[in-house]
Amino acid sequence: MDFNDTPEEANFRKEAYDWLKANAPLKEGPKDGWRTASEEEGLKEVKVWQKKLHEAGWACMHWPKAYGGRESTPIERVIWGQEVSKFKVPGGYLEIGQGMAGPVMMMYATEEQKERYLPPMAKGEEIWCQLFSEPGAGSDLAGLKTKSVQEGDTWTINGQKIWTSGAHFSDYGILVTRSDPNAPKHKGLTYFFLDMKSPGVEVRPIKQISGGANFNEVYFTDVKIPDSQRLGAVGDGWKVSLTTLMNERLAVGDASGPDFQEAFTLARGQDLNGKLAIENDSVREKLADWYCQQSGLKFAKYRNISALSRGETPGPQSSITKVVSGNKLQEIANFGMDLLDSGGIVRSDEKDADQSMYQMGFYGAAGIRIAGGTDEILKNIISEQVLGMPQDMRADKGIPFNEIPSGNK
Amino acid sequence: MNFEFSADQMQLKDIARKFLEKEESVKRARNVLEGDSPFDEELWKQIAEMGFTATAIPEEFGGLGLGYLELCVIAEELGRSLAPTPFSSSVYLASEAILQFGSDSTKQNYLPSIASAEKIGAFAHSEANTAPTEENISCEYKDGSINGSKIAVADGDIADFFIVTARTNDEIGLFVVNSQSKGIEIKSQSTLDPSRSHASISFKNVEAEALDSGWSNVQTLLDRAAVLFSFEQLGGAEACMDMAKEYAMGRYAFGRSIASFQAIKHKLADMYIAVELARSNCYYGAWALSTNAPELATAAATCRVSASQAYHECSKENIQTHGGMGFTWEFDCHLYYRRCRQLAANIGSQSVWKDKLISSLERANQL
Repeated sequence: MDFNDTPEEANFRKEAYDWLKANAPLKEGPKDGWRTASEEEGLKEVKVWQKKLHEAGWACMHWPKAYGGRESTPIERVIWGQEVSKFKVPGGYLEIGQGMAGPVMMMYATEEQKERYLPPMAKGEEIWCQLFSEPGAGSDLAGLKTKSVQEGDTWTINGQKIWTSGAHFSDYGILVTRSDPNAPKHKGLTYFFLDMKSPGVEVRPIKQISGGANFNEVYFTDVKIPDSQRLGAVGDGWKVSLTTLMNERLAVGDASGPDFQEAFTLARGQDLNGKLAIENDSVREKLADWYCQQSGLKFAKYRNISALSRGETPGPQSSITKVVSGNKLQEIANFGMDLLDSGGIVRSDEKDADQSMYQMGFYGAAGIRIAGGTDEILKNIISEQVLGMPQDMRADKGIPFNEIPSGNK
Repeated sequence: MNFEFSADQMQLKDIARKFLEKEESVKRARNVLEGDSPFDEELWKQIAEMGFTATAIPEEFGGLGLGYLELCVIAEELGRSLAPTPFSSSVYLASEAILQFGSDSTKQNYLPSIASAEKIGAFAHSEANTAPTEENISCEYKDGSINGSKIAVADGDIADFFIVTARTNDEIGLFVVNSQSKGIEIKSQSTLDPSRSHASISFKNVEAEALDSGWSNVQTLLDRAAVLFSFEQLGGAEACMDMAKEYAMGRYAFGRSIASFQAIKHKLADMYIAVELARSNCYYGAWALSTNAPELATAAATCRVSASQAYHECSKENIQTHGGMGFTWEFDCHLYYRRCRQLAANIGSQSVWKDKLISSLERANQL
């Protein structure tokens, strides 16, 4: 039991650090990080950085070299992630393509398509989004209704998707549709990729409870997709979706926002009933609980890394991270604002004001507990896939999709 | 990065588990609970024959000279199987006190017989229904002898010697007292976990031998023991989770296995989350204990709090999952429910350890 790298891992770490040191500034403190004034500017900077990564062989590390990757081991990806977190480098925008669309294309696209689409994805030249959730199909994703109808070599798509991150700046999208409403729910789905500039695709931003708009609704009106852009067999869309979702689960990690350290620092500087808040027993108990959760997640991650280091694949065990950190964030955000008393709810224009951080956590936590698998779905996954408990009894099993009660007819 | 136990350590864990299963340790815990003997002497002897009591004691003092990681995996299995023996008192507390704070001759006098389990040691610390502190301990050491009294001393009625906390001049120290000494009075105390015996002890001018003094040494002893207690708690928590799952899978209601109801599945998922957090924190504690890391105080409090929470969650929800059967004397659920509370009380409460955790983080992160 030790925290040290093997000699090979140490070499790799040094190589990664040296390259980063030569190409990016180190962070100056825990709160320091890459920020831009606008999304447009951010996208531009991400593309420049990704190109640089690609040229030096650090892009899409788990991908085959032929498509612009590095064929790295999982542990090398972890080490890279640890080293890159020390630097102020652009991030975001590309994860859905490289983390979810890429692996699906690798499994189901033709060789020609792979050669056409994967390298630009790796270089950051083309951005991808994922068109899965619908207003009536979230946790029960297979209940989706967006219709696809085949005529010769062309499919026509009609319907609506929701919660599509980055649809407004994406070049391509992966899409799952219902091709046979007479088949049982999971059997009548078909999977495609499409050009987001296709006629009939309309992207509308969703205003979130935070006021921001990171997601979109995407409307499809008679959108044409050539049959050559189908991924997997007709009716096999669910199987293809599962590949994507498995990769999504690996990508979703800790909820970002104020954590133990921020709450601890606040409590050590904040008055409560004439004393420092840290001297209050109920404050200390709460802080201890959050520290234990944070520490538990940190060392659970180390255990996962150890398994990777031995060459094992990470299992659904990592599902606990989001459940624990999302709820912890919600509690810490509430606690932080509470310590600031009435002022805690006042909006501030100051960039680093304490209350702003907790207010963002207040909004963010409500979202992270839902995104990428709700707490409830993740607990189903833990009980079924980790503990081996049976699936819930389903009212829609074996019934043609168009006869399943939907409650809003 | 290797944050797992080694193959050898995992093999030792497996040996311990199989041995305790073969010896029907859980059944023995029930026998002690229902019977008159304060512990299972036969199992205790077998545990010693397996070498478990000698694990972390250096070879020069009659031990096996393995390490704390080995002791941690054994502790987990003892917790899982509710072993009704004085292992925690003798090995995590008494042995550690002497090993860390005893003179060479004290070590020679006590450690070989702890390693062989010929002698049982116990830790006499609590004095009243409140957490012992540097200020409120009233047992006093003066001119070579101790006066005062202690309560709820685990294994107090079967111990051959005690590690006693007592006041001397202006500080609290650790003292070794022979249980046969003149002036000592030991009374068995029944507790809510009769599978582990407890006693109150009064000292009237009882001869005592001083170990290295100071409240910080008492805290170090508790920190070291806390890591090992946490592994017992972890093993117990996981056993409860497994029992709850097995029962739910086989129990049918409304025409189906109750394990298919989300109310039960989410309960089990919550247990799993608590156990995984505790396990990860316990590994951190094991690492800190085995390397004498400066983070030991933080790591020990973290794993103690986390493992106590996991065991509490799992032992109570195990009963709940069993429904009425979980409330019967016949089922084993209550044995774990009791042991969970006993272990949580034994070296200090949740509130105390949470406070210790925040204090140690304050020290580590001075403003």
